[in-house]
Amino acid sequence: MTQELVNVTIDGVPVSVPKGTPIIEAAKQAGVLVPHYCYHPSLPAPAVCRMCLVEVEKAPKLMPACVTTVAEGQVVHCNSATAKKARESVLEFLLINHPLDCPICDQAGECELQDYVFQEGRASTRYADYAKRYNPVEDFGPDVLYVANRCILCTRCVRFMEDVADAAVLNVSERGDRAFIGIDPAQRLDHPWAGNVVDLCPVGSLISKDFLHKARAWDLDKSASVCPGCTQGCNIMIDTRDEVVVRLRPRANLEVNRHFMCDVGRMDYRWMNRGDRIEAPLVREAGSPRLLAVDWDRALARLAELVKGTTGKVVLLASGRSSLEALAWVRRLVAAQSITAAIKVPIGEAAVLPGVPNLALRRERVPNLDGAKLVGYTTEWQGALDATRSSALTILLDAALEEKEVKQLGGGPLVVLSTVHEDWYDSAKLVLPLTSMAEEHGTYINRDQRVQRFTQAKAAPGMARAAWWIAAEALALNGTRGTPSSAAEAFAALGAWIPSLGGLTYADLGLTGRIIEPTPAGSRE
Amino acid sequence: MTAGTAGVGAGEGGGVEAHHDAPHVPIFAGKVKERLDALFPKYPTKQACLLPALWMAQEARGWISPGALTEVAAVLGLTPAYVRGVVTFYTMYHTHPVGRHFIQVCTTSPCHLCGSDDVLTALLRETGCGELGATSADGRFTVIEVECLGACGFPTPILIGDDFIESVTPERISGILQGYK
Amino acid sequence: MGFPHPSHPKETPVLSKYFGDAAARSFRGWVERGGYEGLKKALGMTPEAVVEEMKASGLRGRGGAGFPTGLKWSFMPKDDGKPHYLVCNADESEPGTFKDREIMRWTPHALIEGCAVGCHAIGAECCYIYIRGEFTEPWHVMSAAVEEAYAHNALGENVFGSGKRIEVVLHRGAGAYICGEETALMNSLEGKRGNPRIKPPFPAQAGLFALPTTINNVETLAAVPHILTRGAAWYKGLCLGNPKSTGTKLISVCGHVMRPGNYEITLGTPMKELIFDMCGGMRPGRTLKAVIPGGSSVPLMTPEEVDQCATDYEGIVACGSMLGSGGMIVMDDSTDIVYEIYRLAKFYAHESCAQCTQCREGTAWTTKILARILSGQGKSSDLDLLLDLSENMTGKTICVLSDSCAAPIVSGIQKFRADFEAYLSRATAPVLALA
Ligand SMILES: Cc1cc2nc3c(=O)[nH]c(=O)nc-3n(C[C@H](O)[C@H](O)[C@H](O)COP(=O)(O)O)c2cc1C
Ligand code: SF4
Ligand code: SF4
Ligand code: FES
Repeated sequence: MTQELVNVTIDGVPVSVPKGTPIIEAAKQAGVLVPHYCYHPSLPAPAVCRMCLVEVEKAPKLMPACVTTVAEGQVVHCNSATAKKARESVLEFLLINHPLDCPICDQAGECELQDYVFQEGRASTRYADYAKRYNPVEDFGPDVLYVANRCILCTRCVRFMEDVADAAVLNVSERGDRAFIGIDPAQRLDHPWAGNVVDLCPVGSLISKDFLHKARAWDLDKSASVCPGCTQGCNIMIDTRDEVVVRLRPRANLEVNRHFMCDVGRMDYRWMNRGDRIEAPLVREAGSPRLLAVDWDRALARLAELVKGTTGKVVLLASGRSSLEALAWVRRLVAAQSITAAIKVPIGEAAVLPGVPNLALRRERVPNLDGAKLVGYTTEWQGALDATRSSALTILLDAALEEKEVKQLGGGPLVVLSTVHEDWYDSAKLVLPLTSMAEEHGTYINRDQRVQRFTQAKAAPGMARAAWWIAAEALALNGTRGTPSSAAEAFAALGAWIPSLGGLTYADLGLTGRIIEPTPAGSRE
Repeated sequence: MTAGTAGVGAGEGGGVEAHHDAPHVPIFAGKVKERLDALFPKYPTKQACLLPALWMAQEARGWISPGALTEVAAVLGLTPAYVRGVVTFYTMYHTHPVGRHFIQVCTTSPCHLCGSDDVLTALLRETGCGELGATSADGRFTVIEVECLGACGFPTPILIGDDFIESVTPERISGILQGYK
Repeated sequence: MGFPHPSHPKETPVLSKYFGDAAARSFRGWVERGGYEGLKKALGMTPEAVVEEMKASGLRGRGGAGFPTGLKWSFMPKDDGKPHYLVCNADESEPGTFKDREIMRWTPHALIEGCAVGCHAIGAECCYIYIRGEFTEPWHVMSAAVEEAYAHNALGENVFGSGKRIEVVLHRGAGAYICGEETALMNSLEGKRGNPRIKPPFPAQAGLFALPTTINNVETLAAVPHILTRGAAWYKGLCLGNPKSTGTKLISVCGHVMRPGNYEITLGTPMKELIFDMCGGMRPGRTLKAVIPGGSSVPLMTPEEVDQCATDYEGIVACGSMLGSGGMIVMDDSTDIVYEIYRLAKFYAHESCAQCTQCREGTAWTTKILARILSGQGKSSDLDLLLDLSENMTGKTICVLSDSCAAPIVSGIQKFRADFEAYLSRATAPVLALA
């Protein structure tokens, strides 16, 4: 589809943008960020904060860049003296009732008020003689507190709930400078997508109880990732402090999740911080009653030997949270034998976000269902469990089994690749320490066949390694040449035996992924 | 189709619902429901009847109680939070119980020029309310100060309930109040 | 007629001719006084011809902005297949303005007739009249009149047998000055908070219920039938000043004059004639200090400016203010200008819808500064601060409520600086206790 382009000049930079583009978006293309509060690319624009006023030549007054669309030949000055004075005054007006409690505010360091005031606000206040507006902190919902005093009434939260979540639980109450964000006593902010209001809030007015006073923003390390919660594959940021995951936040991907993620995904990160990790490879030597910690050389040699010596059926019981690289390379490790490979797919209730097409918390609560299918895993979990009774080797890849499932396992040799230890693993021949998805680079394929990268967010404990590495090293010991030494190589190599990934590299995927044409299962091998 | 009727004083009146925890007796039943139903065809959306419905609720209960608010929301397919946002925007909806006779006194500049402050002081004294927004001990009156009532040529205008009274002076007040028991 | 006072010879009673005449309220009474002839005439004309007639008359919006009515009507799309709406703005809340109330309570049929003509002209079948919640008496009068109009086929499925359907629905506001702003009014009518909308889209493209809408003030619409019956040329001929200001205008005069009330003047009438002849001038022993001529949202005028001012759109602008809604607040030398300006700022702070930062915070802050000055605690820098804040509040928001708060402050400081300085120097005793 060809779109009519409009030529405009913004702060001296000529740009061509599609007709109908608001100046604020056109400015981004000219490398100019117009300061703003109420505008958000995933919400309807109300033009209420009046922060984005810019000078448009020939217009009688300053125009709000968020709702003024470009016109042919338009010349815009975002940083003229009048525009800057207008912004400075908006900042001043916003600050007169703002508590300046930055030292105890969770938003400090990532606060758009703090940032813009620092950038171009007045050095001192002219409001010193008057009391500031005071309202109590409100408990809005399971994870959200409203610190009214910090609110700048940008109404992003209200618009998100009304227009995107289609659940008008928040309102603007009262008017004039008495206005505040209200909730009805009969309602709670407990919509499955409600947590997004915390991210949307440009200041520290809506804050997460879960994150409350946990860390200062500037102490956080942020890593691009993909939510492992369901087949939607929302792009996220994993924020860590000293190798501890302290929160998950949505990362913009206009094609997948726009700027949002659901609360189920958001809150499910504590497992990433489990302390009871397997830190060294464990091997049961012939005749030994117990598993003993060994180094990787010993463990890999044992694994290579085991795989090589297995002639019968092999069963792979994997987690749908395992990366494409892990699933593919572990399967390749045993490629010579007859294989039953399955992932376990927990099912939950779906929760759509009505305002964004094709965005929902999905029933299938694994991130890599389509990736698993692509590399030869089924979802016939029970069948795979049954198959262990006649298998020559069973490999457990990061799959937590329930007690009743453990009882269904056959008595054949067992290899476990896992992050945490379970008592019953004592019966395994090998227990290998695995990194979690937060500790490795990898890819998932979401329900729309989008291959998406996640990056390492924290250090792996002890000797834990990625599954693809373990498999590749064992393959090398058994004579395979050219095995990968990085996740990027592990991914790039997949194309050799999975045609639809042919030629794709991490660089191609970038951080927002790429949609592939899946090769129908069966045409693969 | 006849004139809109979600108007002034067309309700059956009714007592003041003063307790938050009292079980909510539906407002939109019988005649009141008929009146609301008659309004729907006059507008392309149900939501357009929100202000009229709130007026009916206030006529019936004397204020917009939480129960009334929730009922209005349900009747129009809105959320209580949404309705609350609207209710608190408009100064004429009471979000608390008020005296039987709710008195609004204009004190904006035009009336101020002509002595509205004295009228207000006299009203606070003679109703026994004492201060703005307070209800007199006998539950008869609540007096508030309001912005321009649009009758600046007749200072000072006041509203007692739905009765708009022009040219009120401190001297006239006791006489006027006698009409409101 | 300058109701409640008898008509002054210098008035031109057209709209006000029957103010105080209770018999004019009934359908029959109105017809006997020549009513509904304008509507009948309009129904025999094409909508375009009616619009042309309005353009030719020079009628301009009486709600405040003074936009030419015929031109506004001509913006409505033609043959777009969508329902159109006419909205009558009867929210009259601008301090100092009380003319629409008089029109509704004495000549309700004039308004209904004007609404019906307007519907015909813009291709609408429905007109909503949004009446401010406090106007209980006008509501009752209008309700009765609308019912009668339906009964006599002046409204309904087949107006006067023309085959035209025209409905009028009364809608009651609930206490919010800002709902007089046209897009806020539309939101309010739709059952929302009365927040003004950003433009574009303009009402003629997407107004009430997102459909093409024309909105007019009560006085504007009430003048329409007279123009049709007596002709555009007659109306255009009513002009004593600038030719762009034609017809009669109700001026609501209040404050310190001997006879406050509504005075219907031919536009261009000297302001001093209005104040000193028609309204009887100041109270004995008093002299004029200031006038706010167009509702509280316009700049103050000094006696010198009043002296040479022609009361029409251009004439008042030339004398440093605006005609606005025609609500004229007259202040004599007993007036504490600083207090009145403070009281107006407080009004705007109370009425700000809270959307725009400058308005929400600025109206409240300026009110606080003014209160502090009145309490004897003002600082020498306060006037500059007020002027700077006013500049920051002007021309930057969705609607002009913010500008309206600034206008009296700026003009007050510019024209009556000594009054402010007397508080700052403690020459004037404090009148407010510091909160
Ligand atoms: C803050 C504000 C308040 C207003 N209040 C009123 C009002 O009470 N009545 C009115 O007719 N117009 C009011 N207006 C003007 C309307 O927006 C609009 O211009 C008018 O109704 C158009 O009708 P007209 O062209 O017939 O004048 C107000 C405007 C603003 C900005
Ligand atoms: S709580 Fe935050 S998002 Fe909501 S209006 Fe206030 S500042 Fe904006
Ligand atoms: S200027 Fe004031 S009243 Fe007008 S839209 Fe903005 S906040 Fe509301
Ligand atoms: S100022 Fe009081 S009625 Fe207008």
